[in-house]
Amino acid sequence: MLKAIVTVMLKKGIFDPQGRAVQNGLESIGFDGINSVRVGKQIEIALETQDKSTAEASVHNMCDKMLANPVVESYSFEIVEA
Amino acid sequence: MNWGVLLFPGSNCAEDCFHVIDKVLGKPVSYLWHKDTELGDVDAIIIPGGFSYGDHLRPGAIAHLSPVMTSVKAFAEKGGLVIGICNGFQILTESRMLPGSLIQNKGIKFLCQDQSLRIENADTPFTSEYSKGDVVVLPIAHNEGNYYAKPETIVEMEGNNQILFRYCNVEGEVSNATNPNGSINNIAGIVNRTGNVVGMMPHPERSSDAVLGLSDGKGVFVSMLKYLEVKHGKDQ
Repeated sequence: MLKAIVTVMLKKGIFDPQGRAVQNGLESIGFDGINSVRVGKQIEIALETQDKSTAEASVHNMCDKMLANPVVESYSFEIVEA
Repeated sequence: MNWGVLLFPGSNCAEDCFHVIDKVLGKPVSYLWHKDTELGDVDAIIIPGGFSYGDHLRPGAIAHLSPVMTSVKAFAEKGGLVIGICNGFQILTESRMLPGSLIQNKGIKFLCQDQSLRIENADTPFTSEYSKGDVVVLPIAHNEGNYYAKPETIVEMEGNNQILFRYCNVEGEVSNATNPNGSINNIAGIVNRTGNVVGMMPHPERSSDAVLGLSDGKGVFVSMLKYLEVKHGKDQ
């Protein structure tokens, strides 16, 4: 069994209000030296296929069709043994 | 003049839209379920606000893949009038029927307030009841209303007069101080290039019946109705 671990992030240059709030929170409890924080999503998909290239093609398709909005988000993923 | 109001699991402004068409305009209106593939004999479609599919993943991300949206796209491509309000706007950007995207409000808070808007283009089927420069007050209620599009897209939209509403103050001044959610150029509502698909974050359906406190939004629906009446008159 293979598992896809997909990471979706707001594209660079687009202000991330959630990341900014997390940074403010970290700084307010005394963590300094933080240049920036950005918050994204991790999506884990357990796949039936055993074939890595089939899995990659399928997950690319999932990302393009639904998991990420290419107007504002970028994605990356890795396929691992479940 | 038949109107259709889409219903997704989690839509919560559909009844308000239905009320405006049924009771305020006095026109025939029906609901269209998200699994429907036939729109029937409709002249205009309203995609209401709410939290379709719980806003999971991203607002509109799952709803725009519903069977009914394939039919709505085909309807729009033939020139049919489509208006998406709040979550409906998010669904229209997710489906690429409108450019850009709506991301989290800059101030991170859910906004629920009456909001002044300036009419930027009154020469559309959705805004003809207004005049350019009019200041109207409509409610906003959203967490992801921060309009973003690539700089070149914004330039193109501004050049084509595709911005219909901008956030402003009661005097009609548009500035960072009058921008509730961080939207680029204070954009609150836009129209597509062909002029028949609108998306807006403010709620005209919650401001169309004076008994509910606000009535500035009624002009959106009356504009659409008048456009359809003229169009039908020409067809006959």
